[in-house]
Amino acid sequence: MIGGAQGTGVDTSAIVFARAAAFSGLNVFGNREYYSNIKGEHSYFRVRVSKDTIRSHVDTVDMLATFDDETLVRHAPEVRKDGAIIYDPDLESNKLENIATIEPPVRSSLTQELTKNGLGFTLKDIVELARRRGVHIYPLPYLTLLKKVGEKFGETSLSNLNRMVNVMAVAASFALLEYDQDYVNDAVRKQFKSKPKAAEMNVAAVAAGYDFVREKYNGSYGVKLEPPSSKEPRLLLRGNATMGVAKELAGCRLQTYYPITPASDESEYLEAHENIDLYGPAAAENPQLAEAATIANRASITVVQTEDEIAAITMAIGGGLAGTRSATSTSGPGFSLMAEGLGWAGMNEVPVVVTLYQRAGPSTGLPTRHEQGDLRFALHAGHGEFPRIILASGDHEETFYDTIRAFNYAEKYQTPVIHIIDKAMANSDATMPMFDLNRVKIDRGETLKGPLGAPNGGEFERFKLTPSGVSPRPPVGTKGVLYWNTGDEHDALGHISEDPTLRTMMMEKRMSKLDLADKEIPLSEKVNFFGPKNADITLLSWGSTKGAILDAMDWLSQDGIKVNFLQIRLIHPFPTEHVKDLLSQSKKIIDVEMNYSGQLGGIVQERTLIPMDQHIVKYNGRPISSEELYEAVKQIAKGNAPKRLVLTHGA
Amino acid sequence: MALKLTDLKTEAHNDWCPGCGDFGILNAVQMALAEMNVDPSNTVMVSGIGCSGKIPHFVKTYGVHTLHGRSLPFATGIKLSNPNLEVICAGGDGDGMGIGAGHFVNSARRNVDMAYIIHDNGVYGLTKGQASPTLPLGTKTKSLPLPNINQGINPIFLALAAGFTFVARGYAYDVRHLKDLIKRAVLHKGFALVDVLQPCPTYNDVATKEYWAGEGNLGPDGKPKPRTYKMEESGYDPVVHTGGDAEVADKIHQAVQKSFELGDHTPIGVFYQNEHIPTYEERLNQRMPTYRSNPPAKQEIATADGTPIANVSKLLEEMRV
Ligand SMILES: Cc1ncc(C[n+]2csc(CCOP(=O)(O)OP(=O)(O)O)c2C)c(N)n1
Ligand code: SF4
Ligand SMILES: [Mg+2]
Repeated sequence: MIGGAQGTGVDTSAIVFARAAAFSGLNVFGNREYYSNIKGEHSYFRVRVSKDTIRSHVDTVDMLATFDDETLVRHAPEVRKDGAIIYDPDLESNKLENIATIEPPVRSSLTQELTKNGLGFTLKDIVELARRRGVHIYPLPYLTLLKKVGEKFGETSLSNLNRMVNVMAVAASFALLEYDQDYVNDAVRKQFKSKPKAAEMNVAAVAAGYDFVREKYNGSYGVKLEPPSSKEPRLLLRGNATMGVAKELAGCRLQTYYPITPASDESEYLEAHENIDLYGPAAAENPQLAEAATIANRASITVVQTEDEIAAITMAIGGGLAGTRSATSTSGPGFSLMAEGLGWAGMNEVPVVVTLYQRAGPSTGLPTRHEQGDLRFALHAGHGEFPRIILASGDHEETFYDTIRAFNYAEKYQTPVIHIIDKAMANSDATMPMFDLNRVKIDRGETLKGPLGAPNGGEFERFKLTPSGVSPRPPVGTKGVLYWNTGDEHDALGHISEDPTLRTMMMEKRMSKLDLADKEIPLSEKVNFFGPKNADITLLSWGSTKGAILDAMDWLSQDGIKVNFLQIRLIHPFPTEHVKDLLSQSKKIIDVEMNYSGQLGGIVQERTLIPMDQHIVKYNGRPISSEELYEAVKQIAKGNAPKRLVLTHGA
Repeated sequence: MALKLTDLKTEAHNDWCPGCGDFGILNAVQMALAEMNVDPSNTVMVSGIGCSGKIPHFVKTYGVHTLHGRSLPFATGIKLSNPNLEVICAGGDGDGMGIGAGHFVNSARRNVDMAYIIHDNGVYGLTKGQASPTLPLGTKTKSLPLPNINQGINPIFLALAAGFTFVARGYAYDVRHLKDLIKRAVLHKGFALVDVLQPCPTYNDVATKEYWAGEGNLGPDGKPKPRTYKMEESGYDPVVHTGGDAEVADKIHQAVQKSFELGDHTPIGVFYQNEHIPTYEERLNQRMPTYRSNPPAKQEIATADGTPIANVSKLLEEMRV
């Protein structure tokens, strides 16, 4: 774990750490916690590395790298016995009472603990407390070491030197683990690719950290981080960027957004990569491009920062009307403003994708923290009834493929698609297998290409009643035809009509597309099922809890507890029959969710009439860890847990 | 083949009240489009909700009747997707300056190349005559229980402040003049506003057709003197010719002054026009050189067998470990 005040490079150090580990072939899972604040408040990053697959974070800390006082104070108690703490000895005399950002309850419990142990209230005492618990303590005199680095580069500005404490902390951590320094250098160079001077100075800081540790603490930690014997090419993915790449591949060419955590990083990523490379031969087939030979093999995605989320959704719908694969990304508060637009898209059968990054609500809630509280809202947002498709991805890899599906379904069923992910995934980094791009197919459904010819002065029955419910769709602006759109009930041409018979037929046309989607979407995309068919316990969940559940299942099976896991991925149309079938064979169903009321559990019960036997819920804004889930399931297996277990871990 | 006025009429049932100013606006739109000989299937009318919002259903081009207050962002999405389309927005004064005021202001910041017609009738027609954002303070129209408690917005002044690059006012019953304004707005490079004084005979019994014709406003000859006059007839030049800062400041200044001439001497015509400000499409094309030649809606995204043609290998390479 590494932490520090926001704005001091915690993120950089974390990504350098994760990359350095991943470069040697290790698997990595990291997640970031931060306040809704720009500068000063505490943020931290947890990274796990392993030769085996890892998909979640744990609560105990093996190694805590700090360069400020607050991180030390907050997280020292989480470091396990035989773990390690790196800290800055210059801060030893800092007093607990002077760290303004520590909340009073945290401070008073620490004060009690220190008093109990006959210690004072400085950082030195906090370090001592950890030492007495059997934690290895490693002072690292950052400034002294960095001044020497600075001398070599003619850098004397203290604030510039201080910018390298984060990288030095990473270097010292790896040095204690006797990890190959070259990987760390590579990671640093990659991070500072656009600033060669900074890169070399940071590499020198790495060397200084390594040298100091080798000299003073050589081999004393006793844990070695060794790379695996063979290395597969993999991707180190962050949730937001994964979504960005997938959207470009899916053919999304208009993305609108109004800034909101944790969604806007994705739009900014897209904007930074707004010019899109195309494959040569395919590009040549495109007559539009042939005209502009100089810029051949390039396309673009238009990213618009709008005035609000109402504009974001309606602008994206405008794009969808005109035949562009269009999307908007937002979080709960923004999604609340999109409800009316969503209904218009449903009424007018417009393909549009809403990427919903859940965070802790209600209202602004915990703006930078995690929750899965918007499932029922996504299901019901908007007045009246219209079809929608809702996908919920469980990890980065699923997010990637689901994004392409979201656009396909939007066009195939001509309806809004809500793709739900969450803060935990958006802000986590994980190594994943290389994507298999051969698995990616684009299906534009019954989107027609112009020019078309139609009798009757070009009037086209855009909303023609068809057996499937889907009507052929020439985008607005298709030459040779024309039609209308309206949020009022309408006839086949799109003109307003209040005819009761027509109304009935149009409602049935639109809603029947859900039956079609239910029939056509393959089972493998609707749910995942892990573990043995006959288990004592079935875990039911959705979204990013997947990682913690799978990791916990490994430990549970080592304990001889037989568990399987049903992950719901297609929330709507709900795969009722299949879920019923699977759950009716379960002995004990535990609903695991990051919300108060067990929203999915409720939906499953509504649909299948199968009740949940137990709930494990968490709503303190911090993602579920595999450890606490493991403990919770064990407690349930032993039969001494309340029907509703509330998890509370996390700082 | 030249487009005739009748080619632009639809069979959709028109349920506006007899004598509604919206008919004048509809005629002006159709005349303008016919004179410009547009390709109807390359033209999109986008509207909001209100009596006015129904206008696309009566014009035989593509028509998109959207949500209350949202015609502008819908239209922006359409236009940015396919900048070759002719996009014309229309909506009520409540639609545009009440519920949609945020889009009114921010669309001006973008300066997307579209035209926007406001049916300015001082009331919320479709919801039975409540006060709209342009109704002056203290005015009591027919269905208001008490005089209006809010001040009225000056749409011209607001548009100038927001950054519209074309600002005009027309009168619904001066159809030829309005037609010319609409043509100019459509041809203008950038975001163009035409605020149309639109009598609502059903609910606005103050700013009526008779009022604008000069009822109770007698001239020196003892005859009713119309309350509107055409700025261009008095030699007013709204156009920014060279685009220099000083010239722009002057033209804005004179337009602002004109915008406060109201009541018995209300100017109609073009207040301000500046084509020296790049459109949003031009700004996008600066950053994305293929934007205009290969705009979003026209881009191929897959081969015939569904293989995506975007090459994301550079992006993935960044993430590779
Ligand atoms: C979100 C929303 N709120 C309220 C309404 C009800 N409504 C319909 S039209 C209208 C006002 C129309 O006034 P204006 O925009 O001036 O158009 P006019 O009818 O005068 O042409 C309102 C409030 C609505 N359709 N949607
Ligand atoms: S209520 Fe007024 S604006 Fe609406 S149709 Fe009737 S006259 Fe026209
Ligand atoms: Mg009105």
